[in-house]
Amino acid sequence: MRLSCREASRLISAGMDRPLSAAEHLKLRMHLLLCGNCRQFSQQLALLRNGARRAGEGVE
Amino acid sequence: MIDPQQIEQERPYLLRYALAQLRERDAAEEAVQETLLAALESQGSFSGKSTVRTWLTSILRFKLIDGLRRKGKEKLFESLEDEADDGDFDGLFAQDGHWREPVRAWSGPESQLVSKQFWEVFEACSKVMPRRTAMVFAMREVMGMEIAEICNNLEISATNCSVLLYRARMTLRECFSTRWSREGER
Repeated sequence: MRLSCREASRLISAGMDRPLSAAEHLKLRMHLLLCGNCRQFSQQLALLRNGARRAGEGVE
Repeated sequence: MIDPQQIEQERPYLLRYALAQLRERDAAEEAVQETLLAALESQGSFSGKSTVRTWLTSILRFKLIDGLRRKGKEKLFESLEDEADDGDFDGLFAQDGHWREPVRAWSGPESQLVSKQFWEVFEACSKVMPRRTAMVFAMREVMGMEIAEICNNLEISATNCSVLLYRARMTLRECFSTRWSREGER
Protein backbone atom coordinates (compact mmCIF):
# COMPACT_ATOMS: atom_id res chain seq x y z
CA MET A 1 0.00 0.00 0.00
CA ARG A 2 1.59 3.29 -1.09
CA LEU A 3 1.62 6.32 1.16
CA SER A 4 -0.15 9.54 0.26
CA CYS A 5 1.74 12.80 0.84
CA ARG A 6 -0.51 13.53 3.81
CA GLU A 7 0.38 10.21 5.44
CA ALA A 8 4.04 10.75 4.56
CA SER A 9 4.00 14.20 6.20
CA ARG A 10 2.70 12.62 9.43
CA LEU A 11 5.41 9.97 9.34
CA ILE A 12 8.13 12.56 8.67
CA SER A 13 6.99 14.48 11.75
CA ALA A 14 6.63 11.30 13.86
CA GLY A 15 10.15 10.23 12.86
CA MET A 16 11.51 13.35 14.55
CA ASP A 17 10.21 12.12 17.91
CA ARG A 18 10.41 8.34 17.86
CA PRO A 19 12.12 5.60 15.87
CA LEU A 20 9.87 4.53 12.99
CA SER A 21 9.05 0.84 12.65
CA ALA A 22 10.83 -1.05 9.87
CA ALA A 23 7.63 -1.04 7.78
CA GLU A 24 7.03 2.70 8.31
CA HIS A 25 10.65 3.46 7.51
CA LEU A 26 10.56 1.45 4.28
CA LYS A 27 7.27 2.96 3.11
CA LEU A 28 8.48 6.48 3.83
CA ARG A 29 11.81 5.90 2.11
CA MET A 30 10.08 4.61 -1.01
CA HIS A 31 7.72 7.59 -0.98
CA LEU A 32 10.55 10.11 -0.58
CA LEU A 33 12.45 8.57 -3.48
CA LEU A 34 9.53 9.40 -5.74
CA CYS A 35 8.17 12.60 -4.21
CA GLY A 36 10.09 15.88 -4.45
CA ASN A 37 7.38 17.77 -2.55
CA CYS A 38 7.75 15.55 0.49
CA ARG A 39 11.54 15.79 0.31
CA GLN A 40 11.20 19.58 0.46
CA PHE A 41 8.72 19.26 3.33
CA SER A 42 11.11 17.02 5.25
CA GLN A 43 13.90 19.55 4.77
CA GLN A 44 11.66 22.39 5.97
CA LEU A 45 10.83 20.54 9.20
CA ALA A 46 14.54 19.92 9.77
CA LEU A 47 15.24 23.65 9.27
CA LEU A 48 12.39 24.51 11.62
CA ARG A 49 13.87 22.27 14.31
CA ASN A 50 17.33 23.69 13.77
CA GLY A 51 16.01 27.26 13.95
CA ALA A 52 14.01 26.57 17.10
CA ARG A 53 16.97 24.89 18.81
CA ARG A 54 19.29 27.77 17.93
CA ALA A 55 16.72 30.27 19.18
CA GLY A 56 16.39 28.13 22.31
CA GLU A 57 20.11 28.42 22.91
CA GLY A 58 20.00 32.19 22.48
CA VAL A 59 21.95 32.00 19.21
CA GLU A 60 20.60 34.24 16.44
CA MET B 1 33.41 39.71 36.02
CA ILE B 2 30.50 40.77 33.85
CA ASP B 3 29.15 44.27 34.08
CA PRO B 4 25.68 43.94 35.74
CA GLN B 5 24.46 46.42 33.13
CA GLN B 6 25.35 43.87 30.45
CA ILE B 7 23.21 41.29 32.22
CA GLU B 8 20.31 43.71 32.69
CA GLN B 9 20.24 44.69 29.03
CA GLU B 10 19.36 41.11 28.07
CA ARG B 11 16.11 41.35 30.07
CA PRO B 12 13.86 42.13 27.05
CA TYR B 13 15.23 39.16 25.09
CA LEU B 14 14.84 36.82 28.07
CA LEU B 15 11.31 38.05 28.72
CA ARG B 16 10.39 37.35 25.12
CA TYR B 17 11.86 33.85 25.44
CA ALA B 18 9.99 33.13 28.70
CA LEU B 19 6.72 34.56 27.38
CA ALA B 20 6.91 32.31 24.33
CA GLN B 21 7.12 29.27 26.60
CA LEU B 22 4.80 30.27 29.44
CA ARG B 23 2.41 32.67 27.73
CA GLU B 24 1.67 34.32 31.08
CA ARG B 25 3.31 37.68 31.67
CA ASP B 26 3.58 37.47 35.48
CA ALA B 27 5.11 34.00 35.41
CA ALA B 28 7.51 35.04 32.63
CA GLU B 29 8.66 38.16 34.50
CA GLU B 30 9.20 36.12 37.65
CA ALA B 31 11.28 33.52 35.78
CA VAL B 32 13.41 36.25 34.18
CA GLN B 33 13.90 38.02 37.51
CA GLU B 34 15.07 34.76 39.10
CA THR B 35 17.40 34.18 36.15
CA LEU B 36 19.03 37.60 36.44
CA LEU B 37 19.49 37.18 40.18
CA ALA B 38 21.01 33.72 39.69
CA ALA B 39 23.32 35.16 37.03
CA LEU B 40 24.50 37.98 39.29
CA GLU B 41 25.17 35.49 42.08
CA SER B 42 27.07 33.05 39.87
CA GLN B 43 29.05 35.34 37.59
CA GLY B 44 32.14 33.29 38.38
CA SER B 45 30.71 30.39 36.38
CA PHE B 46 30.62 32.46 33.19
CA SER B 47 33.65 31.29 31.24
CA GLY B 48 33.40 33.78 28.38
CA LYS B 49 33.34 30.92 25.84
CA SER B 50 29.76 31.80 24.89
CA THR B 51 27.99 35.16 24.70
CA VAL B 52 26.32 36.59 27.81
CA ARG B 53 22.96 36.06 26.09
CA THR B 54 23.61 32.36 25.47
CA TRP B 55 24.76 31.90 29.08
CA LEU B 56 21.67 33.69 30.47
CA THR B 57 19.37 31.76 28.14
CA SER B 58 20.71 28.45 29.40
CA ILE B 59 20.05 29.55 33.02
CA LEU B 60 16.52 30.60 32.08
CA ARG B 61 15.87 27.36 30.19
CA PHE B 62 16.76 25.29 33.26
CA LYS B 63 14.48 27.47 35.38
CA LEU B 64 11.59 27.02 32.96
CA ILE B 65 12.06 23.24 32.80
CA ASP B 66 12.27 23.12 36.61
CA GLY B 67 9.08 25.15 36.83
CA LEU B 68 7.29 22.79 34.47
CA ARG B 69 8.46 19.80 36.50
CA ARG B 70 7.23 21.41 39.71
CA LYS B 71 3.85 22.10 38.18
CA GLY B 72 3.80 18.41 37.36
CA LYS B 73 0.30 17.10 37.59
CA GLU B 74 -1.41 20.46 37.80
CA LYS B 75 -4.36 20.51 35.44
CA LEU B 76 -3.19 22.97 32.82
CA PHE B 77 -5.66 22.40 30.05
CA GLU B 78 -9.14 21.37 29.13
CA SER B 79 -10.05 18.48 26.85
CA LEU B 80 -7.81 17.55 23.95
CA GLU B 81 -10.74 17.14 21.59
CA ASP B 82 -10.32 20.37 19.65
CA GLU B 83 -6.61 19.86 19.21
CA ALA B 84 -6.44 16.20 18.30
CA ASP B 85 -7.53 16.26 14.67
CA ASP B 86 -5.64 17.74 11.76
CA GLY B 87 -8.60 18.87 9.68
CA ASP B 88 -7.12 22.38 9.59
CA PHE B 89 -4.67 21.16 6.97
CA ASP B 90 -7.30 19.83 4.55
CA GLY B 91 -6.61 22.82 2.32
CA LEU B 92 -3.01 21.76 1.79
CA PHE B 93 -3.87 18.35 0.39
CA ALA B 94 -6.03 17.22 -2.53
CA GLN B 95 -8.69 14.50 -2.22
CA ASP B 96 -6.14 11.80 -3.02
CA GLY B 97 -3.89 12.97 -0.15
CA HIS B 98 -1.20 14.54 -2.33
CA TRP B 99 0.01 18.13 -1.99
CA ARG B 100 -2.38 20.53 -3.66
CA GLU B 101 0.42 23.02 -4.48
CA PRO B 102 4.11 22.33 -5.09
CA VAL B 103 6.16 22.58 -1.88
CA ARG B 104 8.60 25.42 -2.46
CA ALA B 105 12.17 24.91 -1.28
CA TRP B 106 13.42 27.17 1.50
CA SER B 107 16.52 28.49 -0.18
CA GLY B 108 19.88 29.30 1.43
CA PRO B 109 19.01 32.75 2.83
CA GLU B 110 15.65 31.51 4.10
CA SER B 111 17.22 28.61 5.94
CA GLN B 112 19.37 31.18 7.79
CA LEU B 113 16.30 33.27 8.57
CA VAL B 114 14.49 30.48 10.44
CA SER B 115 16.62 31.05 13.53
CA LYS B 116 16.87 34.84 13.08
CA GLN B 117 13.11 35.32 12.75
CA PHE B 118 12.07 32.41 14.92
CA TRP B 119 10.71 34.30 17.94
CA GLU B 120 8.84 36.83 15.85
CA VAL B 121 7.13 34.15 13.75
CA PHE B 122 6.55 31.86 16.74
CA GLU B 123 4.82 34.65 18.68
CA ALA B 124 2.59 35.60 15.76
CA CYS B 125 1.84 31.97 15.00
CA SER B 126 1.13 31.12 18.64
CA LYS B 127 -1.90 33.39 18.46
CA VAL B 128 -3.57 31.02 16.01
CA MET B 129 -2.36 27.82 17.69
CA PRO B 130 -4.07 26.31 20.74
CA ARG B 131 -2.03 27.03 23.86
CA ARG B 132 -1.09 23.42 24.52
CA THR B 133 0.01 22.87 20.91
CA ALA B 134 2.39 25.84 21.08
CA MET B 135 3.62 24.71 24.48
CA VAL B 136 4.35 21.15 23.33
CA PHE B 137 6.33 22.53 20.39
CA ALA B 138 8.32 24.88 22.64
CA MET B 139 9.07 22.09 25.13
CA ARG B 140 10.19 19.71 22.39
CA GLU B 141 11.93 21.94 19.87
CA VAL B 142 13.03 25.01 21.80
CA MET B 143 13.89 23.44 25.15
CA GLY B 144 14.84 20.06 23.71
CA MET B 145 12.82 18.01 26.20
CA GLU B 146 12.23 14.30 25.62
CA ILE B 147 8.78 13.10 24.56
CA ALA B 148 8.29 11.00 27.71
CA GLU B 149 8.94 14.02 29.91
CA ILE B 150 6.54 16.21 27.92
CA CYS B 151 3.81 13.55 28.12
CA ASN B 152 4.37 13.20 31.84
CA ASN B 153 4.25 16.94 32.44
CA LEU B 154 1.12 17.57 30.43
CA GLU B 155 -0.55 14.25 31.20
CA ILE B 156 -1.07 13.31 27.58
CA SER B 157 -0.30 10.11 25.69
CA ALA B 158 2.64 9.78 23.31
CA THR B 159 0.12 9.53 20.45
CA ASN B 160 -1.53 12.82 21.44
CA CYS B 161 1.87 14.41 21.83
CA SER B 162 2.80 13.29 18.32
CA VAL B 163 -0.43 14.76 16.90
CA LEU B 164 0.14 18.09 18.66
CA LEU B 165 3.71 18.28 17.38
CA TYR B 166 2.54 17.52 13.84
CA ARG B 167 -0.05 20.31 14.09
CA ALA B 168 2.48 22.77 15.50
CA ARG B 169 5.08 21.98 12.84
CA MET B 170 2.53 22.24 10.03
CA THR B 171 1.22 25.56 11.36
CA LEU B 172 4.67 27.09 11.89
CA ARG B 173 5.84 25.92 8.49
CA GLU B 174 2.83 27.64 6.94
CA CYS B 175 3.55 30.83 8.92
CA PHE B 176 7.13 30.96 7.64
CA SER B 177 6.12 30.12 4.06
CA THR B 178 3.36 32.74 4.02
CA ARG B 179 5.67 35.38 5.43
CA TRP B 180 8.38 34.73 2.85
CA SER B 181 6.03 34.54 -0.10
CA ARG B 182 4.62 37.94 0.97
CA GLU B 183 8.13 39.38 1.27
CA GLY B 184 8.98 37.92 -2.14
CA GLU B 185 6.03 39.74 -3.72
CA ARG B 186 7.25 43.15 -2.55
